[in-house]
Amino acid sequence: MTALTRLLLSTPFRLALIYMGAFILAAGVTVGFIAWRANELLTTSVVETLRAEVVGLREQYQAGGPARLSAIIAERAADPGSSLYLLIDSAGQRAAGNLRQVPPELMDGEQRGVFTYVPQSGPTQGKPRVAVGVQIDVPGGLTLVVGRDIEDLRRFAWTMGRLGLWSVIILSALGIGGGLLVSRSVLRRIESVNETTRSIMSGDLSRRIPLNGSGDELDRLAESLNAMLARIEELMRALREVSDNIAHDLKTPLNRLRNRAEAALRSSAGPAVYRDGLMKTIEEADELIKTFNSLLLIARLEGGAVAESMERLNPASIIADVAELYEPVADEAGLTLSVSAEPGLALTANRELVSQAVANLVDNAIKYSPNGRLHGANGAEVAAPVSIVLKRVDGAIEIAVGDRGPGVAPQDRQRALQRFVRLEKSRSRPGSGLGLSLVAAVARLHGGSIRLEDNGPGLRAVLNLPIGGPNPALAAAGHGREH
Amino acid sequence: MRVLVIEDDRETAHFLQRSLRESGHNADVAGDGETGLAMARDGGYEVLIVDRMLPLRDGLSIVQTLRAEGTRTPVLILSALGEVDDRVKGLRAGGDDYLTKPYQYTELLVRIEALARRPAPEQQETRYAVGDLVLDRLSHKVVRAGEPIVLQPREFRLLEYLMKHAGQVVTRTMLLENVWDYHFDPQTNVIDVHISRLRSKIDKSFAKPLLHTVRGAGYMIRDGSD
Repeated sequence: MTALTRLLLSTPFRLALIYMGAFILAAGVTVGFIAWRANELLTTSVVETLRAEVVGLREQYQAGGPARLSAIIAERAADPGSSLYLLIDSAGQRAAGNLRQVPPELMDGEQRGVFTYVPQSGPTQGKPRVAVGVQIDVPGGLTLVVGRDIEDLRRFAWTMGRLGLWSVIILSALGIGGGLLVSRSVLRRIESVNETTRSIMSGDLSRRIPLNGSGDELDRLAESLNAMLARIEELMRALREVSDNIAHDLKTPLNRLRNRAEAALRSSAGPAVYRDGLMKTIEEADELIKTFNSLLLIARLEGGAVAESMERLNPASIIADVAELYEPVADEAGLTLSVSAEPGLALTANRELVSQAVANLVDNAIKYSPNGRLHGANGAEVAAPVSIVLKRVDGAIEIAVGDRGPGVAPQDRQRALQRFVRLEKSRSRPGSGLGLSLVAAVARLHGGSIRLEDNGPGLRAVLNLPIGGPNPALAAAGHGREH
Repeated sequence: MRVLVIEDDRETAHFLQRSLRESGHNADVAGDGETGLAMARDGGYEVLIVDRMLPLRDGLSIVQTLRAEGTRTPVLILSALGEVDDRVKGLRAGGDDYLTKPYQYTELLVRIEALARRPAPEQQETRYAVGDLVLDRLSHKVVRAGEPIVLQPREFRLLEYLMKHAGQVVTRTMLLENVWDYHFDPQTNVIDVHISRLRSKIDKSFAKPLLHTVRGAGYMIRDGSD
């Protein structure tokens, strides 16, 4: 398909063409009707005038007889102008007037109408002209023809007609030209969208549709498409990251599981050892399943898959419930769990996920708190506190979970939020290393964030969640600009 | 108990069938959605175990069709999809419980036994009694051997759930789902600690313990004499 046929087939051009056609049709019908009506009126009015004149002439005849009529006609016929006269006597001879003979068009029927004649004098002598006339019989065997030359009027009408035709032609040309121009500019912009799409389909996910900055509907469409592309790219990246992580980090425990099963099988110590080996294998498999579930959940959260299940809820009740769940555990570990919540806050969020995030933070805080008692200022022992604080900060709520444990060095804080990162070398405490990255994923899903701070001493993890919930459009646009 | 397992993975289906028979139940297997629906319609089963992704007809559609036809047989939906929304969809379709793959067999067994014995809503009792322990759901009072026991609201709900399923094993996950309405794994053994607190209130000063730990499965409240 050539560029021209593409242009001619384009929607804006076809629309312009249809519009032009309708316009010309309407204009033609209107002008035609006006012309027809004008012609009718003109002819009628000329005929009326002629009739009046005939009445006058008849009166002259009644008053003065044929001689007077003949004289008057001769006189009037001599005047230059558009009036035409012919008086035929009873012998059929021309008695007076400026017409050579009775026009054949008036001989039959109604004896009036349009006829052509050839003037015998004047500037247009010898050329046939158009006139309107009536033929009447005057008593005494006379025949009278009275007419009006309408050649000039006719010519004027013709000129007007041609003018109209030309303006329609010029208008059409302008319309088609304009249509072509508009279509070409629209087509060019759509072509740039097509081109971008093709290059994205062929694998270059980083391409974006160029904007012309006018903010018109095509620009807005391109903007939405770009935001969508940014989201798709983000999802693809997340997916790749997850599969990389799964490949990398699940192989180790899988291998451990395999080794354990193999060792049990090789041993010849009997059913007790087999049984023990199988139990451990199941335990290992359960741990793997947990890790796998967490990974899938994080991936789904980063894909924004549960964004639709948000509801309006009270954050104070969330932390109260989680605190209530963990209070006995903290108590058993010799810790006090303190909750302080600003009253009257509301939050748009997924209850289950925010609960899980807070639970993970509290779980970590309890896990990393020093066992038993701390030494107070006066040497007396005090319970090590784990604190949960809920407060409002601008348009967001912050849930801060603090402990008195070893804390995290400033340079390690960012890394601690990544998947599978466990800062302690020994890996002696249970956990998959996914707890904090799950919290981070929950925060991102809600348009919020997680940060680690010094609790002086200890660690304070602060979960920041916007009160109104996430705004997917803004979030996606923000991502688009990052890449 | 007659159980129908609608599951397309042959190995899983046979593992379930064998395990259920070992547990004293009678299990049939359907390998695809259409067969499963036909068998569920006229098989007189007490519990259906329905996998979500099946050939010919998916699990949710089976449950919806059965419910639309007025079949009230309890359904446990099994799924590899375990996120919040999937669970909600499964329960909304008419499933009575939802278990995510991979699962422990004991967890599944305990859940289908609970489903089969679940009373209809209108038959729910206002008062539970196990041995000399009595829980009044209307006045929120707990009494053992005539002595009132003061429980925190959550401890009350925990005991209420255990007593509702008296004589049945209740898993930690079931407690977390039904007492706390959480569907995630809290990593630490939080439930065990709650149970031990509850136990100290209802069992400690009495000769006969009622709240028992079932190794590898969960907990059960029952009168020790049965």
